[in-house]
Amino acid sequence: MSLHNFLYGVYPYIALSVFLLGSWLRFDREQYTWKSDSSQLLSKANLRLGSNLFHIGIIAIFGGHFVGLLTPHSWFQAMGVSDMAHQMVAIWAGSIFGSMCLIGGGILWLRRMFNVRVSAASRGSDKFILTWLLITLLLGLSTIPVSIGHANHNNPDVMIALADWVQSIVYLRPNPALLENVDTIFKVHLFFGMTVFLLFPFTRLVHIWSAPFGYVARPYQIVRSKNRR
Amino acid sequence: MKVRAQFAFVFNLDKCIGCHTCSVTCKNVWTNRKGVEYAWFNNVESKPGIGYPKQWENQDVWKGGWELKNGKLELKSGSRTSKLLNIFANPDMPEIDDYYEPFTYNYAHLQNAKLSEATPTARPMSQVTGETMEKITWGPNWEDDLAGEFHKRAKDKNMDKIQKEIYSQFEHTFHMYLPRICNHCLNAACVAACPSGSIYKREEDGIVLVDQDKCRGWRMCVSSCPYKKVFYNWESGKAEKCIGCYPRVESGMPTVCSESCVGRIRYNGIMLYDADRIEELASIENEQDLYEAQRRIFLDPNNPAVIAAARAEGINEDWLEAARKSPIWKMAMEWKIAFPMHPEFRTLPMVWYVPPLSPVQSQIDQGNLPVGPDGAIPIAGTMRLPVQYLANLLTAGKTAPIESALNRLIAMRSYQRSVHVEGQADTRALEAVGMSEAQAKEMYRYLAIANYEDRFVIPTGHTEESLDDAYGFQGQNGFTFGNDTSAGVSKITLFPRRRKETVEPKTLAPSGERG
Repeated sequence: MSLHNFLYGVYPYIALSVFLLGSWLRFDREQYTWKSDSSQLLSKANLRLGSNLFHIGIIAIFGGHFVGLLTPHSWFQAMGVSDMAHQMVAIWAGSIFGSMCLIGGGILWLRRMFNVRVSAASRGSDKFILTWLLITLLLGLSTIPVSIGHANHNNPDVMIALADWVQSIVYLRPNPALLENVDTIFKVHLFFGMTVFLLFPFTRLVHIWSAPFGYVARPYQIVRSKNRR
Repeated sequence: MKVRAQFAFVFNLDKCIGCHTCSVTCKNVWTNRKGVEYAWFNNVESKPGIGYPKQWENQDVWKGGWELKNGKLELKSGSRTSKLLNIFANPDMPEIDDYYEPFTYNYAHLQNAKLSEATPTARPMSQVTGETMEKITWGPNWEDDLAGEFHKRAKDKNMDKIQKEIYSQFEHTFHMYLPRICNHCLNAACVAACPSGSIYKREEDGIVLVDQDKCRGWRMCVSSCPYKKVFYNWESGKAEKCIGCYPRVESGMPTVCSESCVGRIRYNGIMLYDADRIEELASIENEQDLYEAQRRIFLDPNNPAVIAAARAEGINEDWLEAARKSPIWKMAMEWKIAFPMHPEFRTLPMVWYVPPLSPVQSQIDQGNLPVGPDGAIPIAGTMRLPVQYLANLLTAGKTAPIESALNRLIAMRSYQRSVHVEGQADTRALEAVGMSEAQAKEMYRYLAIANYEDRFVIPTGHTEESLDDAYGFQGQNGFTFGNDTSAGVSKITLFPRRRKETVEPKTLAPSGERG
């Protein structure tokens, strides 16, 4: 098996399996370690700006990837969204939210590395995963000029190939060949992105699973009884 | 009527000498771990003072507790939706410097230093970063015994509406101690603010706990508790708080802070209350009526209707018996000498305080104080501590109940003085406050003698009702964080050199044998 086929035919499944099983195992076995791991107590400076920009940016980017890559091509056509329109939305949204995420992430990274208290209280995995996310983000942002180049030639083929490849993975019909003619920068970004899923259960990222939306509908007071009535 | 039992406290401030034995025993039992070195589930503040963390009572700063919005009870820090919108960075979160940066000293250096002209010093080192600290500028009890300048401690929120300048003069200085723990509130703001739903009140005894497995570290409890008694463990990333020493309480023992109190100022007991009325009584419009409102939530354990309703809720007979003998009931309801701290936070706190009579002996000796009918004991309103200050602390500023309580305490003393000094009972002071001799005697027994069995009336938990197979839990190590014996961090070493993870100096002092 060639490295290309491994990376884009097998590795996605390894990453996704570890992501799902790892999260499940950790939730089941080590819930005490399942947390957002905030360092706000140790340093508030710039956290509001940095953390909000980073989180809003990254959530929007995730949503964009999810919708943009997983929606079947035929659906976009049925909705009357042309390929070029799709690509322009991706370029614009990616630029805006990517920049937000980068600025916020940069603030968080500087704090994480150089604030004496935050740095001392950080685990190695905290520093590593933030750095990894920022590299992935930078790679993603680096694909934008390439995309603009394609758009200037009215050529949505790369975007469609990427979406088809992601869908081939999800439908369990992996087709690494789809990526053979895709620019290298996309492929590197893909590798870093898939690795985020692989690392996910071993880091603080697990707190994403626990976004507390249920709070909105919950009564304020909670009383628990030890008696099983 | 929905009857619930609450494990409650009264602290008699009149006898607190500020020795911090409670704080130290609590620290040694519960928070001598990495990440909570800065956290004091029990602390004792010198008042007036801004306290720990700084300005905790000032909700203009911290937005803790509840407020009425259009007549409806809402968290002061904002609705559920606003909590979620602020979840990435809590705008009201205190920083560690608002508490203090925890420190230890490099003691080993005293023994390891080379021979030198000057005496070696043990320099402070941060228990967060492990680095040497140039200077310690704040601590958990920085204002001890009125340390520091008056204008700084006069920022105390309770000094509002008081002619501050008078009390800046040395002759008019006043001082009291305020020991504080979690109030195990009936309308807890921390519980309400938790997005994960990890904080809860126990139905059996009302102790408020954080489910360590369920806590995700969103930090809303820390800012929403108006008493700042939920702490963020920066190592584990979880919220921690006073657990009411529940493993002890379940076995019928008082909390360690109460047990170890050398002044015998702490009382532990059961109160029955009507859980159906929490929202109604916490929503009373006028803040100054909240103290009385909270008294109305308590149910008389001698009332047959209450007893029947309590039995229907499954409350055991020994708990009802304990409620009838509750020292809390006596002080809060019968004698009306105990008050909840800051009822205006609308959390219905369950640690109540007997206000202090200031030490006035030298003032009396100099004839500086107007005295009551017995010619020996001063009148409440004339004492060193301004009644308004106590009222701001305990009754949202309403002075009448505080003055009445002080008068009762004084009357009891006056009566006892007449019995023991004059050898003849003088009941004039008692009559003035509407107390009987029997009441005064009982009050004397509870407050002055403070026998162990009067202070602590604690029924045991009924494990046999909640567990079918108690034997199956034999050998468990009790208080744990989530996964039983796991500390949440797996270090790859079978033979660790030390188990304590708190930052300590790396250099060890020479041992006796080697030295």
